[in-house]
Amino acid sequence: MNSKNRLQDSITFIFLFILAILFLSPILIVLMNSFKGRFFISDTPFAFPTTQTFVGMENYFSGIAKTGFIQAFGYSLFITVFSVGAIVLFTSMTAWCITRIKSKLSTFIYYFLVFSMIVPFQMVMFSMSKMANILHLDNPIGIIVLYLGFGAGLSVFVFSGFIKNIPHEIEEAATMDGCNPLQTFFLIVFPILKPITTTVAILNAMWIWNDYLLPYLVIGSNYKTIPIAVQYLQGGYGSRDMGAMMAMLILAIIPIIIFYLSLQQYIIKGVAAGAVKG
Amino acid sequence: MQKMPKRYYALFTLPTIIAFLLSFFIPFLLGIYLSFTKFTTVTDSQWVGFSNYIRAFSEDQNFLNAMIFTIKFALVSVVLINVFAFSLAVLLTRKIKGTNLFRTVFFMPNLIGGIVLGYIWQLIINGILINFGVDITYSANYGFWGLVVLMNWQMTGYMMVIYIAGIQGISPELIEAAKIDGANSWQVLKGVIIPMVMPAVTICTFLTVSNSFKLFDQNLALTAGAPARASSMLALDIFNTFYGRNGYEGVGQAKAVVFFLFVAIIVLLQLRLTRNQEVEN
Repeated sequence: MNSKNRLQDSITFIFLFILAILFLSPILIVLMNSFKGRFFISDTPFAFPTTQTFVGMENYFSGIAKTGFIQAFGYSLFITVFSVGAIVLFTSMTAWCITRIKSKLSTFIYYFLVFSMIVPFQMVMFSMSKMANILHLDNPIGIIVLYLGFGAGLSVFVFSGFIKNIPHEIEEAATMDGCNPLQTFFLIVFPILKPITTTVAILNAMWIWNDYLLPYLVIGSNYKTIPIAVQYLQGGYGSRDMGAMMAMLILAIIPIIIFYLSLQQYIIKGVAAGAVKG
Repeated sequence: MQKMPKRYYALFTLPTIIAFLLSFFIPFLLGIYLSFTKFTTVTDSQWVGFSNYIRAFSEDQNFLNAMIFTIKFALVSVVLINVFAFSLAVLLTRKIKGTNLFRTVFFMPNLIGGIVLGYIWQLIINGILINFGVDITYSANYGFWGLVVLMNWQMTGYMMVIYIAGIQGISPELIEAAKIDGANSWQVLKGVIIPMVMPAVTICTFLTVSNSFKLFDQNLALTAGAPARASSMLALDIFNTFYGRNGYEGVGQAKAVVFFLFVAIIVLLQLRLTRNQEVEN
């Protein structure tokens, strides 16, 4: 029995190991091609660089120059950080308020926000981008308001699910001691929300960092975020610089991998928690 | 706490609600209205009744083709992703060596954005197809299977993480009890584990169904709908209708309303269907 189990475990291990290499290989292939000359990529993507095809960091330099990658990175980072901050702050306040104050209005607000989760973006993209234009939200600061609106559904949903299950006696004691609702929320409740705040922050960061269509429509002509910069390289079909493309794909992936490896446990737990609460 | 002064209620809820109204809800209502009008900007709309809806289906086959393509894609990828993800979750809860490392690797593609994923797979798929003298734009079938592979690569790890949490949430006594009653591993899987992870199945099907139907970035980057518009999914077809040529904004908006109703009905049906399979703990 024991040796049979051990054999099974070894087979499982080998199977998973091969699968893991297959999972990583697309990224490794792009990485390898990012060091090859632009004309040696499309036809032979699986060939290793040779002395003839190896170009060092050339693709990286030309890609950065063509796409304005450094700026794109700055815009992506700015928009992601501040949008996630705004979402976490405001939706946790909203979720706490409408969960604790039971009224018809609270129930309405909850369903009103959650409803947006099933609406595809294409339904609102045209009117939203026109409105953003009229309201002067078409800049890296204004877009934060848009992200707060679009992120509200999922975030309030996840926060509310968590808040329902935390005891409210402490909050009541704080109110008795003379805390106003703002003090109660920031001194007592917000610290308790920390695990679910992490979840909400991670889910929204993943979405906003990678979001293409919303920033493309609203700010894309003046401010290119990373996904817009990558898509911009595409140009007319056939005319694009494959070398620069490979290098930009790698540069787009590196920040994500650093983020992932440094916060891995939180991300995996956060994603699972967000799903279970959902 | 049952009461809060009105100004505090406003302070806690208004920032979110104002942002929500501006970015989502007013554009949503406006979108429904615009689908019945002819317009090029939001201020010059003229009422045309249902003609945009009729044009969406009658002028060409693009929308209908995109719908069929999307339904097929969603069916295939939802089934494959969930089967792979669940199988990996079962293997990774068996306490073998390297579990954490494997989980880390399988989940990683999920963090990469759709545009980047699309170009990664375009390189690889074209690199294989070039041996047969074609590329991914040669046939919509290549685009279809390319998207299926891409989506599996992206979402399997995500769903796997949710299934792992579900499986780890089953009390070990339950599995022990089944084993003492003489159940073999297959019976334990079928009789205990699968029924107990039905809530995870609900979530995973919800996420895979809604992501498959709404897919846009990956579609744009991998094939951009080529050849012609044969590998366009609904979201991309609507985008192209809106921004592809002038005079079709109303048709695009009508398609978007149909798309919304379609996604809403499917998601609600799916939730009802899988919720009914859940057992009380």
